[in-house]
Amino acid sequence: MRTLSYLFIGIFFGIVMYKSEAASWFRIYEMFQFQSFHMYGVISSALILGVLGIQLIKKNNIKSFFGEPIKFVPKDKGFTRYIVGGIIFGLGWALAGSCPGPIYTLIGAGYVSILVVLLGAILGTFIYGLLQKKLPH
Amino acid sequence: MGYLQYNKFQIMNWIFEPWPWYLAGPLIALIMFLLIFVGKQFGMSSNLRTMCTMCGADNAADFFSFDWKAQRWNLVVVIGAIIGGYIGAHFLSNDSAVTINPETVATLQELGFTSAGNAYLPDELFSIDALLNIKTLSILLIGGLLIGFGARYAGGCTSGHAISGLSNLQVPSLIAVIGFFIGGLFMIHVLFPLIF
Repeated sequence: MRTLSYLFIGIFFGIVMYKSEAASWFRIYEMFQFQSFHMYGVISSALILGVLGIQLIKKNNIKSFFGEPIKFVPKDKGFTRYIVGGIIFGLGWALAGSCPGPIYTLIGAGYVSILVVLLGAILGTFIYGLLQKKLPH
Repeated sequence: MGYLQYNKFQIMNWIFEPWPWYLAGPLIALIMFLLIFVGKQFGMSSNLRTMCTMCGADNAADFFSFDWKAQRWNLVVVIGAIIGGYIGAHFLSNDSAVTINPETVATLQELGFTSAGNAYLPDELFSIDALLNIKTLSILLIGGLLIGFGARYAGGCTSGHAISGLSNLQVPSLIAVIGFFIGGLFMIHVLFPLIF
């Protein structure tokens, strides 16, 4: 039952990523050229509702569908890892024109070449794992 | 009757068109909340670490020594996202062309992207023919490497930081998102003219 709910959420996510064109390389390029409000509208409207909803959940101690308390784990404090990791991610986001969610969406949409991006992303994760202890965080 | 049919037709048409930001953004927030309400969190890049561990990477680095089975739910989300991409592209769209700003089209055409304005992804990078080109192949592979490395170094990607983290007012996520934009802007404005 729970597994099915994850599957449906994933399907819903894949459809939204495709139909909103957030999975389109062109939309990412256009966003970084500041030539359309589209992506900024997508992100900011999601954020406004996200901030409001999370405040509501916290204030009212709303429970999950399964009656469990909802925990929000704060991100570890730091600066270097977020700015450096963020810049590296941003370079890849703009070059490949997709972030991890849309990579899966595009596989489903039938773009074989995106598998090369996925392979690169898995390798990149592996390289990070190997170097983790040597990198400043 | 005629009115109802007309209305139905309009709604159907609207689904097949690209979805506007004011529909897509709230739906993304809804997806995040659905995950929160089933006791999980929205983040699409941690799967990459799970896949490494499943391939035996835990023998190479401690970073991959974790109970990957506890992350199976997120792999199910991934399978869903693949199915959703298939449904979106094959059943919910008439035309895959992405109507970007004509100015953006002009800039891209100057860079050699003649498919700009007529496709979902540029043929110049994503067509099967382009895969046989060593330069294109390297671009896709390096793009992926940067995404995977950067996401794990920063502890999250667009979904984990820009949506989930910022929604929870996390300062680290704000720093990461600023980084995403510094990197993206540098790539498009400084490196693209050198690469393409």
